[in-house]
Formats: sequence, structure tokens, C-alpha cells
Amino acid sequence: MANNYLALNSISCGYGKSFNLNGISLSVARGAFAGIIGPNGSGKTTLFKGISGILPIKKGSICLSGVPLESMKLREKARKMAVVSQFPEGTDMTVQDYVLLGRLPHRNAFNFLESARDKVLARKYMRLTGIYHYREKQMSQLSGGEQQLAAIAQALTQEPELLLLDEPTSHLDINHQMQMLNLIQSLNKELNLTVLMIIHDLNLAAEYCDQLILINDGKIYTQGTPAEVLTFQNIEAVYNAVVIAQTNPLSGKPVIFPVSGNILKTHRTDINNHHKTVTGNRLFNQSNNNHKQ
Amino acid sequence: MSKPIHQLMFISGQLVILAVVVLASIATGEANIPISQIPEIVRTGEGTEYFILTQIRMPRIVLAFAVGSALSLSGTILQGVFRNPLVEPYTLGISGGAAFGVALAIVGGLHLTGHGYMLPLAGFSGAAVTIFLVGILGFLRGGADITRMLLIGVMISFVASSSMMFLMSVTTAENLHGIIFWIMGSLDEPNHHLIKVATITSIIGLAGSYLFVNQLNALQLGKNKATHLGINTTFSVRILFIVASLLTGVCVSVAGVIGFVGLAVPHIMRLMTGGDHRLMLISSFLGGSIFLIACDILARTVISPNELPIGVITGIIGGFVFMIVLNKSRIQKEHHGK
Repeated sequence: MANNYLALNSISCGYGKSFNLNGISLSVARGAFAGIIGPNGSGKTTLFKGISGILPIKKGSICLSGVPLESMKLREKARKMAVVSQFPEGTDMTVQDYVLLGRLPHRNAFNFLESARDKVLARKYMRLTGIYHYREKQMSQLSGGEQQLAAIAQALTQEPELLLLDEPTSHLDINHQMQMLNLIQSLNKELNLTVLMIIHDLNLAAEYCDQLILINDGKIYTQGTPAEVLTFQNIEAVYNAVVIAQTNPLSGKPVIFPVSGNILKTHRTDINNHHKTVTGNRLFNQSNNNHKQ
Repeated sequence: MSKPIHQLMFISGQLVILAVVVLASIATGEANIPISQIPEIVRTGEGTEYFILTQIRMPRIVLAFAVGSALSLSGTILQGVFRNPLVEPYTLGISGGAAFGVALAIVGGLHLTGHGYMLPLAGFSGAAVTIFLVGILGFLRGGADITRMLLIGVMISFVASSSMMFLMSVTTAENLHGIIFWIMGSLDEPNHHLIKVATITSIIGLAGSYLFVNQLNALQLGKNKATHLGINTTFSVRILFIVASLLTGVCVSVAGVIGFVGLAVPHIMRLMTGGDHRLMLISSFLGGSIFLIACDILARTVISPNELPIGVITGIIGGFVFMIVLNKSRIQKEHHGK
């Protein structure tokens, strides 16, 4: 089942009695770098909360290498899956203590002291994420981006097989965004860590992920490679935004250009022509789109 | 990473200070007994001075130790669970409930019976009912909703104190005096069994909460993150809440309402130790006992031979110490900050 490391089988979950997510099925292979995209309020974070056990799954099942999650103990699950949330908690704890908490699932519940190995691992991942020189500082003294790096160091210290990241680049500039994603990419390749990441920036999603899942209104709109998912038709249908989709000349991955209101007024025909050529080149996208609607 | 050594040194320092305040407290009082004579008095084992030491001063110190440590520990646990620095043992309405129970007992004339057990029992019943209500209402629906529990505690506190004021407004002047005296709190407890109960409770409370110290540390990152780290948060929050409540309930019923220990001492310890609960629980326990024994010395000496209510001293001293420590730590942060 190496092909199906994380498998969601038509799950429904949500807050209260209503479902925010309905019949989601997806699978992520071992060692994949998958991205979840979709408009605000489409259910991306709800999906994460379902997978990570914060929200109860009301229908369907989630399996991790073939084992249903509901049959796993919380600690067992925490040894396989680590979660980095969008806003890490800025506590008074030092960075080092914060990162060391990642070893909790590996320790006996009543064992209060870190082992030498725990400390070695914490040090290793603090170095890898570049926060080692902050280790004596309080978490609350770090910037948002540094806190996110510390949260990733903590997650890595859990030594998981699957890493869930909720918008790891949300409050970073382009340099730090790329540093962060390069780091995650290298973890994905070198540690064979399976990554599932929520990301808003479509271009970064296209550039870094090998698999994209586009969520709209609590359902999966479409999923596949970036080139399959990030077409102007899909973007227009889901985000209700006019864009032009092109290809990055170096990586061959799609790039999305937004079309502003003024340009839309003055260049309507150009955009129509552009869309026509793209549709002509990639007819399969159109048919794909139609069958979804 | 010489952290464990650092921590051991901190706790050893606290133990030394504790020994100093205990000695000072033994030597303080109306009868002038110098410290140098104490070994001799204890060795002979008789006489008025021996009686004063073992029957009056020691029980009081032990009670101050038990109540100070238990309130401070309870405050540390609750501030940790609720992740709110303004929470203290009395925020959840436990003191209000206990005071209402005592007021009811005094108005009903129960304090004239039962060998001095009646008021502590009434206080504990009031506290227990409050804990039960906060627990039931807070734990209902979807695990342990922390904000909800806090709000319910505050509301119950209001209901209890208003009901108590109602009782106070309709009762006799004598009963009124009894109620007010009880509310002010006192370490003057003639019943040694109750002192034993309080001491054992505080030690069991420390041991019990220490079993959940990993959970308490993980909860500092929020319930969701703690869940991601493999912690059963609902269970942990419930157990810790019950431990903290029982600690407070026993203290309130034995010594009345002694404010501020449970709010200020945990804060001061957090600022000094950095907030790792493995150290915090022990250092708050010791810090609370040091603080209350020291305050008791002042309460007995300032207007000697009369005695000030202990709550007056804890409030004034605690408040100033707290502001000084807070100010100092802010200055340090500015120096060390980025």
C-alpha cells in the first residue's frame, strides 16, 4: 500500500450538526508533497482538523498506511503525524523547551525527563530549521516566521512520517517564503517525509507541490498535478477570479497571473483570445471541468 | 544544557529560605523565646515554653505551610490549564461557594455545635457544590471547554457572593460579625485534625498534579496542539481542575478566604523559573508556603499583641512584591530583547 499512505474515504465532518466537509476522498502516496488549495472558507482547515483529530469524523474513514486512525491511540498517532498550525502559540517557554515538547509522544506518559536522544534530536532539528541560536529565547520574543520555524522544528522532533502544515508561509516575505518551502522540500526529499500542506499562494503551490487538491464549498473540486489543477477555467470557476495561466519557463510548472479590473475592461478581447488558445491546446481541461459541473 | 542542575539549585535555595522563615516564625510571638534556647526546650520536652512551641506556634506554621503551598499550587495549575494569567483559585467561585456555605451555617446556628468541625464542613460543602456545578456545566457538551468553565465559575461566584450578602443583610449583628471574621481568613486553627487534613491534601495535591506535568506543559500550547502531541486533553483538564479545586476547597474551609497567594506567587515563580511546570509546580508549592509563613510573622507582629487578619498582609505585601517583580522582569526583557 506504499501508494496510498494517507487515504481519506468519503469523509464528512464539521462543527455542530452541519457538515462543513462532505464526502471528501483523497489519497496521498508515501513521500509525496501534496498541497491543498481553495478559497477562504472552503473547508481546508476543517479538513486538517478532521485528519489531525481535533474534529470528529462523522462519516467515512481515514487510514494511515492502511490502519484506520480511529483505532490508533492519540500518542501512537502523534508518533506518525505532526501538525504545524497557522498561528503557533507564543508562549513564555524557551524555544528549546518548546521544541523538546515534540518528544512527548515518544516518552512514557509519566516520564518527566528528556533522554539524551531527545536532546540530540531537538538540537538537530533546531539547527536544520536555523533557529538553534534562538534556543534560549522565549517563543513570544520571536517573529511570526521564526515561531513557525520553531513549530516545524518541534514537529520534526516528533519524528513523524506525515507532516501537516497549515499555511506555513502566511506571514513571510517572498525570500522567507521560499526559504521555508525549500526547507520543507528538502525534508520531503531527504527524510522521505510525506507532506500535506494548505497554501494560499497558487504559484508557490504549483512550484513546490507534486499533487494539488482544489477544495471548494466543502467538496473536492478537482485534484491532480499542478498543471492539471491550475487552469484558468478551474480558477475562474472556484475563485470567481479572471486569471491567465502560463508556464514557468524553468520549471515547466503553471504560473497564475491575476487580471485586474482595469485590464479586464480594456483588454477583454486579448483575454478571450488567450483563453481560446489555451483551451485549444488543452481541451482535456475543459472536459474535465464540465463533468465536475 | 545544565538545566536540571539549575533547577535543583533553585529548589534547594527555596528549601533554605523555607527553613529560615520557619525558624523565624517559631521564634516570633508574645512569649520571648530566643532561637538559641529552642533545642534545649525541645530536649526537656516540658514546661510552658514547650507547650507554646509545640501546641501554638508549630501547628500554626504547619497550617501556613499547607494553605500557602496548596493555594499557590492550585493557582499554578489553574493558570496553566486556563492559559490565563488572571485566573486564581477563587476565580472559579470556590471561595464564594465556601463563604456562602459558612454564612448559611452561622445563620442557621450550626457553628454552636459539632466541636469546631461544623464551619469547615459547611465551607467545604459550599466549595464542593461550586466545584460540582462548574464541573458539570463546564464539562457538559463537547469535552472541557476552558473559556466556558471560566465564565461559569465567575457567574457562580457572583451568585454565591450575592446570596451571602443577602444572608448578611437579614441576620443579627452577632452572626454578621462571625461571617465577616471567617471571610477575612485566619491561620488560628485550634483543631489539629483539620491542620493534618490540610497538610496531607496539599502534599497529595502536589504528587497528583505532578503526574500530569507533561500534559500541563503541552497544554501551554493550546488544546489543539496538545492533542497533536498525543495528549488526551479533555481527561487531563478534568483531572487537573478537580485537583486544583479540592486543594482550594480544603484551604478555604480550614483557613477562610486568604487572597492573593494563588494569584501572585504562581506569577512570581513563572517570572523567575521560565514557566516549565516540572519546576513550576514544586517552586510554587514551596514559594506559596514561604510567602504565607512570612506574611503570618508580620500579621502577628505589626500590631502586637493584637493580630492582623492574614488576608490583609497577603494582599498588601503580595501586591507590592508582584509589581516590583513584574517591573524588574520587564526591564530585563528590554535589555535582553532583540
